[in-house]
Amino acid sequence: MLAYVLRRLLYAVPILIGVNLLTFALFFVVNTPDDMARLQLGVKHVTPEAIARWKVEHGYDKPLLLNAEATGTAQFTDTIFFKHSAAMFAFEFGKGDDGRDIGNEIRTRMGPSLAIALPVFVIGLMVNITFALLMVFFRASYLDLGGVVLCVVLMSISGLFYIIAGQYFIAKLWNLLPISGFAGGIDGLRFILLPVIVSVVAGLGSGARWYRTIFLEEIGKDYVRTARAKGLSEVRVLFRHVLKNGMIPILTGAVVVLPLLFMGSLITESFFGIPGLGSYTIDAIQAQDFAVVRAMVFLGSFLYIVGLILTDISYSWVDPRVRLQ
Amino acid sequence: MSVQPVVLWTDALVFVLLAAVLVLAWAIRRQEHLRAPWAAVARRPMAMGAALVLAVFVVIGLLDSLHYRERLPGSPADAPQYSVEVLSVFDALVGTLRTQHEKTYSAPLAMQLYAKEFVERDGETVRDYPRLRYGGAHLAHAGERRPDIAWRSVTGLVQGLVAGVLLFGLLAAWQVRRTRTSLDAWLSDWGAGRLGWPARTVVVVVSLLLVVGGVIAQLAAGYHVLGTDKVGQDVLYISLKSIRTGLVIGTLTTLVTLPLAIGLGIAAGYFRGWVDDVIQYVYTVLNSIPGVLLIAAAVLIVQVYIESNPELFDTAAARADIRLLALCVIMGVTSWTGLARLLRGESLKLRTLDYVEAARAFGVSHARIIGRHIFPNVFHLVLIAIVLDFSGLVLAEAVLSYVGVGVDPSMYSWGNMINGARLELAREPVVWWQLGAAFAFMFALVLAANLFADGVRDAFDPRQGARR
Repeated sequence: MLAYVLRRLLYAVPILIGVNLLTFALFFVVNTPDDMARLQLGVKHVTPEAIARWKVEHGYDKPLLLNAEATGTAQFTDTIFFKHSAAMFAFEFGKGDDGRDIGNEIRTRMGPSLAIALPVFVIGLMVNITFALLMVFFRASYLDLGGVVLCVVLMSISGLFYIIAGQYFIAKLWNLLPISGFAGGIDGLRFILLPVIVSVVAGLGSGARWYRTIFLEEIGKDYVRTARAKGLSEVRVLFRHVLKNGMIPILTGAVVVLPLLFMGSLITESFFGIPGLGSYTIDAIQAQDFAVVRAMVFLGSFLYIVGLILTDISYSWVDPRVRLQ
Repeated sequence: MSVQPVVLWTDALVFVLLAAVLVLAWAIRRQEHLRAPWAAVARRPMAMGAALVLAVFVVIGLLDSLHYRERLPGSPADAPQYSVEVLSVFDALVGTLRTQHEKTYSAPLAMQLYAKEFVERDGETVRDYPRLRYGGAHLAHAGERRPDIAWRSVTGLVQGLVAGVLLFGLLAAWQVRRTRTSLDAWLSDWGAGRLGWPARTVVVVVSLLLVVGGVIAQLAAGYHVLGTDKVGQDVLYISLKSIRTGLVIGTLTTLVTLPLAIGLGIAAGYFRGWVDDVIQYVYTVLNSIPGVLLIAAAVLIVQVYIESNPELFDTAAARADIRLLALCVIMGVTSWTGLARLLRGESLKLRTLDYVEAARAFGVSHARIIGRHIFPNVFHLVLIAIVLDFSGLVLAEAVLSYVGVGVDPSMYSWGNMINGARLELAREPVVWWQLGAAFAFMFALVLAANLFADGVRDAFDPRQGARR
């Protein structure tokens, strides 16, 4: 088991290097620091001096890969690649355009992101499974058909609509909850409630439909017939057998997104004014703050790979038939 | 007035795609085993109804993809100069809808502006809602508005119904003649749904579309049916123009995805070994980067390129178009991994089957084995992926436009409409029609696409179909 985990961790390293090289290519080779400077300074008032000053301010005034002027190891370390790309492996992200340390920013913003993403994940999972089980219980009836049609309708509505409609009706028209904002502690609950409700409803359609397919696949298997044959009630069959076995693909599918919860949701956070990583990312994209975007790309990839490893481990944990070598 | 045809990049690709679909359809018609699942799709009422709605969207989108520039009135015939404004056949067909600008917001079917202004009345300046320039301009006073709207709606309704009944009559006459039954027998078969194809659904959906079209056409002649936006443009017109953007993103992105997903997915599964390792590595790397961020990075790069090479694009439309195309390519490059993984798994299974082993033993080349034995057996997966992805891509456009990395801000798109209007909900009274129109159009397209995709999936994947 330990050997397997170690090997998977080692396997993750080349992938992270790949991500790093790709972002380096995108941000420094295809799109040179000069281009970035021009975009940031505005096309109109660009002078070579202004570009040079911008590059010095951001530390982009060094050669890309090899510094011929330096000596010794500094030939490799005093370059853009080493300072801005390779340094990310040590989780040193440098400073954003606003002068704040990105790593610091990430640490303080993870909390608010999790405060939204975790409840959405847990409650969403429970609601989706409940809804799916209900449809499976009434399968091949009009109730089931109605449920599926409702799922397709819910899936077809833009995610932006749920947010805008939720903010408009619940917060503005009926004054039940604040439109946006965030606060720590128990006081923050009223701010969290609306984004959580909206996100859960927005995910219900696709989630419930997907879980319904999984449960229906389980229900066709032999052990279910055996359970029915020995006289178990349908409710017992569903909850004791189908739910348990259906949870294997559901849980392992959920584990992969678990680390990504730290990243928060771009749209939800920005609409509800949550000071999390999602709104941080969106602000960086809109302000064209390349340092922050690069850091978020690396962080996101890192968390995704952690999720992949966790998925593999959880497979063997929930399903004893899977053996890891 | 003479015109100069303009072929934008996306126009060309859209019509290439259309030609490919037509060729494919012609090929499928000739092969019984390929035709059977499509016949099964055609037998599903839900899928057929959805297909008809989709067809309306597609026709509007195609008409909107035939672009041209009008000649400037004063320019000489031997050295003509053309307007910088790129129009489409669709613009020409809707006529005044495009040009009738109001001053600013006005509610749907209104005859007055949304906000009060100082207006001259009987020699006095009073603060009141000014009349619209075009919306309800034919009315003498406010009391005439409701009866006029009601009368126009009824007219449109009757026109739509008459057209529907006429078409139904033609269909019945043609079917009766073809099958040599009596009209009574055909009608009762139709009413009981015994015709072997969902004729009831088709007739009802077509009639509904005609009625809706008739009512809108009647009302649009005298009013702004969905109101006007901030700069006074007709919201109905913007919504209709946005259809093309949605369709282009939904289809061209898939066009980019397919060669990558099919080529790399099958190659990984079929050749295994180091080819598999390399391809798996590439898609794990791409997959692990958060999609929105990769798209954002690439769009920023395209933006820099467009801004530093302004001489390559002679009109604003060409500039917006190249950004749309770039968006499709980028979204395609980030989204091929799912399908590739699916095809890899399937090819891994297929390559061990006896007939593939036999082909290899006979010395058939790899290209031929893949073309003859592997690809036809995974084709249904590709098709299902295309139709399932479409709706997701249309929805993604709105989100990306909100983030600021979507289509060009000057382009008509539902994402831009939502983005421009979401803050107006804070106004009093609320400006809801722009948001409502964008969401409603998007919902109609995506719902139709989802229902159609379900039909296709059930027909092509029998295992899935049995579960329903």
